Amino acid sequence: MLNNLTAHEAHSLLASKKISSVELTEAVFAQIEKTENKLKAYVTLTKDEALKRAKAADNNGNFTGLAGIPIAIKDNMCTKGILTTCSSKILANYLPPYDATIVEKLAAAGAAPIGKTNLDEFAMGSSTENSGFHTTHNPWDLNTVPGGSSGGSAAAVASGECILALGSDTGGSIRQPASFCGVVGLKPTYGRVSRYGLVAFASSLDQIGPLAKDVTDSAWLMNVLAGYDPKDSTSVDIPVPDYRMALVNDVKKFRIGLISDLMGKGTDEAVKAAIKDAARKLESLGAIVEEVSLPTFEYAVPTYYLIAPAEASSNLARFDGVKFGHRSSDAPDLLTMYYNTRREGFGAEVKRRIMLGTYALSAGYYDAYYLKALKVRTLIKQDFEKAFKHFDVLISPTAPSPAFKIGEKAADPLSMYLSDIATIPVNLAGLPAISLPCGFSGGLPIGLQIIGEAFAEEKLLQVAYTYEQNTEWHKRRPTL
Amino acid sequence: MKYETIIGLEIHAQLLTESKMFCACSTKFGAKPNTNICPVCTGQPGVLPVMNQKAIELAIKTALALNCKIEKSSVFARKNYFYPDLPKDFQISQYELPLATLGHLDIVVEGKKKRIGITRVHLEEDAGKLVHKGAARIMGATESLVDYNRTGVPLMEIVSEPDLRSPAEAKAFMETLQHLLQFIGVCDAKMEEGSLRCDANISLRPAGEQKFGTKTEVKNMNSFKAVFKALKAEEKRHEEVLSEGGKINQETRFFDDITEQTIGMRSKEYAHDYRYFPEPDLVPIEPSADWLAKIKNTSGELPEAKRDRFLNEYKLPEADAEVLLATPALTAYFEECLKLYDHPKTIANWLMGDLTAYLKTNNLAIEQINLTPAQLVEMLQMIDKGTISGKLAKTILVEALKSGKTIKDIVAEQGLTQISDEGEIKNIIDEVIEKNPKQVGEFRSGKDAVVMFLVGQVMKLSKGRAKPDAVQKLLRQKLGQ
Amino acid sequence: MKIDVEAVAKLARLGLSPEEKKLFGEQLSRILDHADTLKKLNTDKVEPTSHAIPMKNVLREDKVIPCANVDDILLNAPQAEEHMFKVPRIVE
Repeated sequence: MLNNLTAHEAHSLLASKKISSVELTEAVFAQIEKTENKLKAYVTLTKDEALKRAKAADNNGNFTGLAGIPIAIKDNMCTKGILTTCSSKILANYLPPYDATIVEKLAAAGAAPIGKTNLDEFAMGSSTENSGFHTTHNPWDLNTVPGGSSGGSAAAVASGECILALGSDTGGSIRQPASFCGVVGLKPTYGRVSRYGLVAFASSLDQIGPLAKDVTDSAWLMNVLAGYDPKDSTSVDIPVPDYRMALVNDVKKFRIGLISDLMGKGTDEAVKAAIKDAARKLESLGAIVEEVSLPTFEYAVPTYYLIAPAEASSNLARFDGVKFGHRSSDAPDLLTMYYNTRREGFGAEVKRRIMLGTYALSAGYYDAYYLKALKVRTLIKQDFEKAFKHFDVLISPTAPSPAFKIGEKAADPLSMYLSDIATIPVNLAGLPAISLPCGFSGGLPIGLQIIGEAFAEEKLLQVAYTYEQNTEWHKRRPTL
Repeated sequence: MKYETIIGLEIHAQLLTESKMFCACSTKFGAKPNTNICPVCTGQPGVLPVMNQKAIELAIKTALALNCKIEKSSVFARKNYFYPDLPKDFQISQYELPLATLGHLDIVVEGKKKRIGITRVHLEEDAGKLVHKGAARIMGATESLVDYNRTGVPLMEIVSEPDLRSPAEAKAFMETLQHLLQFIGVCDAKMEEGSLRCDANISLRPAGEQKFGTKTEVKNMNSFKAVFKALKAEEKRHEEVLSEGGKINQETRFFDDITEQTIGMRSKEYAHDYRYFPEPDLVPIEPSADWLAKIKNTSGELPEAKRDRFLNEYKLPEADAEVLLATPALTAYFEECLKLYDHPKTIANWLMGDLTAYLKTNNLAIEQINLTPAQLVEMLQMIDKGTISGKLAKTILVEALKSGKTIKDIVAEQGLTQISDEGEIKNIIDEVIEKNPKQVGEFRSGKDAVVMFLVGQVMKLSKGRAKPDAVQKLLRQKLGQ
Repeated sequence: MKIDVEAVAKLARLGLSPEEKKLFGEQLSRILDHADTLKKLNTDKVEPTSHAIPMKNVLREDKVIPCANVDDILLNAPQAEEHMFKVPRIVE
């Protein structure tokens, strides 16, 4: 089945003219036809546009990099003239007047965008249950969540409903769904990939990154995504390496720290066992693995749910019924229009976070909550800096458990927030991290998280690649 | 009881940039609604701001001219509030860490110099424009329309210390500031057009009292005159309330320029809570010493220093200095002339006299004339050489201003060169003596004053081209024979 | 921690049902109680981190680039008139 190919495999076949991009794209849509009603990974499909791009790639015939590869885009990235909803009712009819920088980059690379994937509304959530439209199902077990917020992208990659996908990660939204769906997810260093056109959730934490079937594909997609963008003041102007060069099967003498704080009572036994196995595997390949403690980790979750909602409360103010998106039909005056539009347009989790963030920034509470959180953020960053004096990379579980059941945590927001304990500190410190499959429990995948220093994506890729080349987990595919 | 008035001003000045503060849209005024807009300044989901270097440099230039301390690190912050003219529903401004602090501006009121403290100078973005339907103002309107052309235009906010003690001082402050902003070229500073705006905080306290009284904020003052009138009215209102034992409510008041009274704006049902926090999409401004030096170099000499130089070095009277410094263009014109012709007073006389008169009559600004400083100087040099007379020069100047022709061409075309050839003058004198026997007789019989009449006749016949002193000398010689 | 849900919702221009007000009040109180664990950390001498990757002076040249998609921007307006965005009566 062509749709189950990785991007680099498909590339070889395209380059040697054994297959065409149109065939590949049609195979992907055939799979979508077959499984999408069970998965609900997409919000919008753009088959005509995808086939047009595929044809153009075939006509061009010069297949370099991702040319002719069908790719799915998380629906919080702006695509000119194509619905961009953030899985929110408030943006259900929004047609962006511009393309996100990464969408332009994909077009320049000749990739074929096939559709926009489902997410937790405005990327707020860990399960896609907060989507304003529908919940995406995990292809490994349709009764479980695919993770979130990039659950649609992760499920689409895992099920072969696309070759590659883009996700965004604010507190784990690429890595946790990658872990739940048994695929590879990379969150780049803050500033490595342009955020221009990514609908902001928490501006100081958001990053776009790849969701892929293996580490090699992640490196290939990073080659297209990474780089300075004059439209994003926080994107960093340093040279972009060829990430494929980091795909070296060797971790000898690599110093790897296993984060002990994430191997305690909050983490499933099966997950702990899988991570310990992975650590031993790396050791057997020549790496030096030691335990390390980052004591401020326990403060990361509360720090995050003060900072992220505060920024979100401001970022989401613009959804007010004046310029775009939903406007309530019950709008006798401006103030009522605001109240009703936002009440009708936003879901419960978004409202909750707007409330939380508004409160954390409000007069009298700013110092106690928001400023305090920014200071603790410094301590968390310093903890990482200390650890990286001794270690090349750090490893941990990506999530404390495999995918949970749909509905299981929906009633308890705090427990949902706490399940992001392993991924959140990485965003607070702006670091790169990758999640890749390292085992299964009850038929559900388990993810290994590898964290690096700022702009050390190559090291992550090398360790991940070595692990992958010496294990078989990434070759398993769900049967639907 | 006698009261002391305390006034502090908050000024907003639109900076003279081509593009907006955070996007590449034009700042041009008067375009069709919503044409100078883009995804960024309309707050489309996903867009990001990028700072305009020129805007920052103009604000720093101003801060330096106001003797401020430029902060080592300054940060933009989001000011959060919902309003349709604010597309993101927050304004990017500066809060805890402004661009510059602790400066001062000297003003002169009734001949006395006074130093007014500047609290801070910071940058922010302008809001859009609302057009109300069904009524002239927001009150009574049935719907409103929003134009985002102005949204994102760079604004500089200048906040003064509460150092002003009268409406006259407030007006003088605004005038001095306007002059400075225009002079250093950061803002065209026209209150009537809204490129310079001002809100005032005013309070009164019993003379001798240290504690400030309750203040009100006065808005909608669209001219210097309005600043003065509004504050006068508000000062009077405070005084009346206080002297009757009443209390001033802390509130915002709107100046109505028809009734010339301030009106309390309906107080909001809840207090503003702007929830400022550092703008995560922008990075700090940390000007290096080099960058600051470069900006300072573009400022040139400030008006005050120029004034001192005009008085002391050029020995110009104070009134002349005042006039020459009135507009930056006139000052520049004067200094341009001076580079070519080292007679400051002569240049000043011509600029303040004939040139200014011409501009006034024709309702022109000096920027609009074709006559270059080099041309003017050429004319002055012709006078010095005696090629033309001072009197003729006045005609030539007007002709040059009107026609745009060069001085040389005008002089040549009209044969206006001064006649210094004695033979030619003598011929004219002979003609005058012949035509005016009566006056000649009177002169010869001792009526000396009549000589001026005869000189006048000679001048007339020569069409003003004869040199008057030469004429008189030759005439006396001839009649004395 | 007790929260004035009404006031916060007003600031955020969020219309909430009575049930939502009650639910959010409870949930936010719990979350904020949990956030109070941060108080255990002494941060007196700690600088706040707004940006994880420190940067400064990212500027653009003052150059006008007209936007090609002005009409697409207006196309999204829920209501427009005379090339402007229309909003209902403003009462404060």
